[in-house]
Amino acid sequence: MTNEQLKELLSAKFPELSEWDESYGLLSVRVPAAKNLELLQFLYNDPAMQFQFLTDLTGIHYPDRAGEELCVVYHLHNLVANIRIRVKVYVPVAAPDVYSATPVFSGANWMERETYDFFGINFIGHPNLTRILNVDEMDYFPMRKEYPMEDPTRTDKDDEMFGRG
Amino acid sequence: MGRPVQYNENSKVILADIPEGYSGEGFMATKFDQVIGLARANSLWPLPFATSCCGIEFMATMGANYDLARFGSERMGFTPRQCDMLLVAGTIAKKMAPILRQVYLQMAEPRWVIAIGACASSGGIFDSYPVLQGIDQVIPVDVYVPGCPPRPEGILDGVLKLQDIVKHESLRRRHSEQYKGLLSEYGIQ
Ligand code: SF4
Repeated sequence: MTNEQLKELLSAKFPELSEWDESYGLLSVRVPAAKNLELLQFLYNDPAMQFQFLTDLTGIHYPDRAGEELCVVYHLHNLVANIRIRVKVYVPVAAPDVYSATPVFSGANWMERETYDFFGINFIGHPNLTRILNVDEMDYFPMRKEYPMEDPTRTDKDDEMFGRG
Repeated sequence: MGRPVQYNENSKVILADIPEGYSGEGFMATKFDQVIGLARANSLWPLPFATSCCGIEFMATMGANYDLARFGSERMGFTPRQCDMLLVAGTIAKKMAPILRQVYLQMAEPRWVIAIGACASSGGIFDSYPVLQGIDQVIPVDVYVPGCPPRPEGILDGVLKLQDIVKHESLRRRHSEQYKGLLSEYGIQ
């Protein structure tokens, strides 16, 4: 199956898909946040699709895209026909709610925890949405592009060790 | 008929000096401080806590070329209960800090800590949110070994420095107000 056929099949089923892109031969598509689970389920179950392997799931922060600052990216792989597809969901930073992919892919569990940990995406329906890599006490989402490179207010840096004291 | 005895006259082995004291024929009197210090210093049991690149250098230090065993640290003890020298080699993430602290707490007194490399000493190049900016924020450190990573010679030098500390430490030091004050600064009883 080529990217064109895939695109045709998908847009016939989901007319709300947009921002089709084919950079480096990898088909990618944007889906509204409300529809992401439905699309993933279809990609997984449909006999023509069979995207049953979740290669990666991560987040991106675009501080300049007002109203859709945060993006969640899914990389799916059809291991039978060896085709890949990339699915993107955009949500505003003020209400970063995305349906969890865990009902379809159990492997999404830790990846979503990581994405929550670093970008603060709220995955609705996730069985245990807690921090996974950072300390539990952390009260910010470090990979968001909101912080100065060098934070002068930090207190844990021992300047004497660096001759800056 | 006597058997030939082989004796290497070029041996560079240096024996530890006899501690100063009063000796006569068949006896010697000296202070516990010195004898025990000597024994402790030359039989330190290392507990490696190696997390990253510095850990690799530390492995070389243990290997045949550099051979930490020459200095009395014969084998790694991978249990804090039996060890008295904690060697922290590598980047310690903030999430790792409570674990490192627990390992330290599980060691029996007397115990010493060497921070190997820039990361363990100060956070090193990782001037960022997830990395502990020096293990001395959670446990007291006796010797800092600089370098990113330090060469095995550097680590050996650190161990020798520590032996020096151990040798000259008073047996009562661990009961001193100063030492207790230091530990209570870290919230350790
Ligand atoms: S000090 Fe350098 S070599 Fe050692 S752990 Fe840190 S980055 Fe690695």
